Amino acid sequence: MKAQLFEIEHTTLYDYYAPVTVSYHLMRLTPRALSRQRRITHAIELDPAPATLNRRVDYFGNDTTFATVDRTHRQLRATSRSRVAISPAFIPDASETPSWENVRGLCRTDRTAPVLEAAEFTFASPAIPIAASFAQYAAPSFDRARPILEAVKDLTARIHHEFKFDPAATTVSTPLDEVLANRRGVCQDFAHLQIACLRALGLPARYVSGYLETQPPPGKAKLVGSDASHAWISFFCPGIGWIDVDPTNNLFPSMQHITVGWGRDYGDVSPMRGVILGTGRHTLKVAVDVTSLGRDGASS
Amino acid sequence: MNSTKDTRAVHSHLLGGGRSTKDFFDEFASENRQPRAHWRTLAESLEHLGAHELAARSENCRRILREHGVSCFVSQHGRGVDEPWRLDLLPLIISAEEWASLESGLIQRAHLINLILHDLYGLQRLVRDGIIPAPLLYANPGYHRACQGIGVPAGGYLHTYAVDLCHSPDGHWWVLSDRTQIPPGIGFMLENRTVISRVLPEAIEAVRPRSFSESVRLRRESLRRLAPDRTENPTIVLLTSGPRNEAYFEHVYLARLLGFTLVEGDDLAVRDRKVFVKTLEGLHRVDVILRRVADAFCDPLELRGDSLLGVPGLVEATRAGGVAVINALGSSLLESPVFLPFMPSLCRHLLGEELKLPSIATWWCGQGRELAYVRKHFDELTIRPSFTLGGTVVRPCELPTAERAALLEQLSARSHEFVGQEELPLSRAPTWAEHHAESRPVVLRVFVLFDGENYRVMPGGIARIMRNDKLSSTVVPLSGPCKDVWVMPDVDDSTAFLEAIPTPAPTLERTASELPSRTADHFFWLGRYAERLENVVRTTRFTVGRLSDDTGAGNQSRTKALAELLTRLDLVNLSSDIPHPRDALQEEILGVLHQEDRAYGVRDLLGRIHSAAFSVRYRLSSDTWRILNRLEPDARLKVGRLPLVYASTTLNTLVLDLAAFSGMEMENMTRGHGWMFLDLGRRIERAVNLAKLVRAVLDCGEETECLRVPALEISDSMMTYRRRYFSDPNTSGMLELLLSEPSNPRSLMFQLSRIEEHALSLPEGAHRDGVALLRGRVSQIVGELRKFEARGFENVPPSDTADFLERVLIGMGSISEVLTQVFFSHVTPQVN
Repeated sequence: MKAQLFEIEHTTLYDYYAPVTVSYHLMRLTPRALSRQRRITHAIELDPAPATLNRRVDYFGNDTTFATVDRTHRQLRATSRSRVAISPAFIPDASETPSWENVRGLCRTDRTAPVLEAAEFTFASPAIPIAASFAQYAAPSFDRARPILEAVKDLTARIHHEFKFDPAATTVSTPLDEVLANRRGVCQDFAHLQIACLRALGLPARYVSGYLETQPPPGKAKLVGSDASHAWISFFCPGIGWIDVDPTNNLFPSMQHITVGWGRDYGDVSPMRGVILGTGRHTLKVAVDVTSLGRDGASS
Repeated sequence: MNSTKDTRAVHSHLLGGGRSTKDFFDEFASENRQPRAHWRTLAESLEHLGAHELAARSENCRRILREHGVSCFVSQHGRGVDEPWRLDLLPLIISAEEWASLESGLIQRAHLINLILHDLYGLQRLVRDGIIPAPLLYANPGYHRACQGIGVPAGGYLHTYAVDLCHSPDGHWWVLSDRTQIPPGIGFMLENRTVISRVLPEAIEAVRPRSFSESVRLRRESLRRLAPDRTENPTIVLLTSGPRNEAYFEHVYLARLLGFTLVEGDDLAVRDRKVFVKTLEGLHRVDVILRRVADAFCDPLELRGDSLLGVPGLVEATRAGGVAVINALGSSLLESPVFLPFMPSLCRHLLGEELKLPSIATWWCGQGRELAYVRKHFDELTIRPSFTLGGTVVRPCELPTAERAALLEQLSARSHEFVGQEELPLSRAPTWAEHHAESRPVVLRVFVLFDGENYRVMPGGIARIMRNDKLSSTVVPLSGPCKDVWVMPDVDDSTAFLEAIPTPAPTLERTASELPSRTADHFFWLGRYAERLENVVRTTRFTVGRLSDDTGAGNQSRTKALAELLTRLDLVNLSSDIPHPRDALQEEILGVLHQEDRAYGVRDLLGRIHSAAFSVRYRLSSDTWRILNRLEPDARLKVGRLPLVYASTTLNTLVLDLAAFSGMEMENMTRGHGWMFLDLGRRIERAVNLAKLVRAVLDCGEETECLRVPALEISDSMMTYRRRYFSDPNTSGMLELLLSEPSNPRSLMFQLSRIEEHALSLPEGAHRDGVALLRGRVSQIVGELRKFEARGFENVPPSDTADFLERVLIGMGSISEVLTQVFFSHVTPQVN
């Protein structure tokens, strides 16, 4: 199957109430190069132009850009433009995957590089605590000896059905137990919740930040979360690797999801984090446009 | 004095209470209850002095500490308090042999921790090879992933390292905790030695403990060598989180001692992945940061976003090699108690040798066998969090049944988050209590410094005196009573034992580029508040005097006029038709003196002065600081049956102390930019107060007549007036003396000339336009006053004078504003 070409434009606009003399930004706006995601072109543009712009790879392997704007400004626009080619994801047959207890046991004892790397994602992180309540919520999906893929798929469906997508219900800093209690939130909350469930059971799970195709192909429904940055999760399946799953849309991401990066939770991969030297507040506008350019000539 | 009797009292008490020494280690006496060999010289020397003299020395010790302003900022019931530093008269002595073994253990441990940090922030072989379990690192909130792989200065994560130790009943030293990040105490330790040298000169001469001066010299030199670009004259700053840090005294002390600039996060800026200090002349490159801000708070961009203490971009600058930060960012990781049980195997693995200095027995519950042990011995151990230093010591045996059960449950559910720890009875050392010595439990903190190649232990430490035999907190507190620690010299050591610690000198700025803008700002406000306080105190004192004299009913109109004047000055608030003006005025004016919450009352202003002075303390001489410490209305005088008499005593003392402060500042402060901003603040404030006073007198209309004397008294010009005019004051004479007389240091003209002078020597640097604007404002007001004077005050209608004074007030306001915009603007970062 040939790869699908996408063009992504992600614009972030800060409007400051008072002039800002200096601002510092940490951006994770560069789609990650993966075996099934080829990065063809990519550029970040800042207006006003930055005095310093430095790109590096962070702890989790994500491309990160540090920038300083040191001219007085009232507005800052960051535009990230990328072109990527995506190949389909491989989703194994549930019966081929080990039982979830096996995965848990392996992550506690095995020290081979991929498992050790995965084990790092079994612990609490700043935005995701480990608590019995999450394990309890997850429990009905995790019958004894159930293959992990089947169990995660079931949990994903439950979150999708039992939680309401409601942008007014939460903010970036709403604690996770509140999300669980109120059964409402946005993609970020659902991703955090599912990660908390898996980690509470001792299973590795990471947070994935990325985009969705804005206008789906004819006949396909428009996905939730396509007008801004999207978030989903990835769980670890020994022998196969990491498998993505999107609780907001109840599916395995494949040809419509573009990965920017991953980490323990939102804090590790927030698209844009800034510190300004100035006195006022600000408003923020984000626009994401993901256009399909059809099939790539070269297969990936 | 009967010295024999006194001596016996000291000696027998020094022998330590008569308890069996099997329960604890007695630092002073051996099993046969005789002083240990290394204590004998001290014991003899103290015997010679006698209990009576020692009590006096102990008092002297307290007095010196108070005068030096040695304090520790502690939180009590949610409120910050500056707690006076308490130093015991009697030192803790450590023998040369014991020190030699401690020293080699400490150096080994420092090397070991440095290697562990290198590995965990680098290749993480220790985890991959299974030397330590993965959760020690990955579940540890002290592991800052942003710091992974960032360069470390001279190959050292650990440049300053402190260890808390206790001495077990069998005489072995055990590590209680490792302080690997920003260990506090070195400054206090140096100050302790300075004070004890003054208080017990005979004893220190006799014992000759090892000196710290070599350590101080090495530290200064090794930090200079860390400058990334190897500049000839590197700029080294000490980054503090400010006066609310418990160890702020020591930040000031060390900055002065080592000659570094003391900065807060706001003073620094990152540009082009390098770090700069914001000075009066613009940005000045920083080469080395000796930080006293915890890892998590150092950079709101890459570390904790809610921190306002750090410098945005600092991690990126460090990563780029633009600045050396010590201890390296991320080094708090090894403060986690969870590493203690793994130290022996880590030592064998990394150094190929046995660990010399053992840690207190600790079991990490994340392992099956260890968890089982902790559960089995639950009531004999203490339980603490695996990853964080600090918190209360939890003793399961002391918990109510329900809490104990809950803890046990948590232990199973989140086992890797807990460790069980053994408790050792603390050793005891003789401690001075009023008139005799008592044996008290102690914990020892020692310091290890990296000189770029080797680790060296500072020969001494701080011995913390504990309230009881058991620790109540998992982290040994910095506050509370402590002891100096004397290390006996080697027999063959012939270095100069008594080499004094250099006295920290106030930091001088040779150029404006060395004065951080924020410091200039604090100097400016120190000047303004000191002057405002003087004005309030003089006005209050005059009023109190009047109220004491004017008891007759006939003086009611004078009292009323005074009340009106003070109301116009916003000092009190009294309506003109109150029935008993005298009583009301008395109550109000005493409120100005005593009420804590009264804005711009005496206590409020004192608070503002102390706060501004505290922030520039490292640039003030110790005498100046001592005077500022004395500025405090005596609380005992607050109540009493003669409130006016007591008030007047307090006010007189304040006037004298304020005069001592301004005298000290005039005579002893180097005429650098710091002084200039202080004086600018003082002159602007005095001009404002004067303009307000004269305007209020004129506004009082018909009562003006009886207010000329108050005006002249308050502005300390009555004597001058009498000497000049040989008559009772008239209005034009008063105006001439207070407004235009250039030789009267209290006149408006005098203030304006000084402001003009300062404006001419302001550094232009990056702000040529701002300085020009400022100079323009000043000369405009001066010009106007000259014109006014030329007309002759007797020919000017009062309303014109009042208008002029209004313009002076507006002008002063705008000068102050321009100064702030041009020189002090340092806005707090905001995270989004």
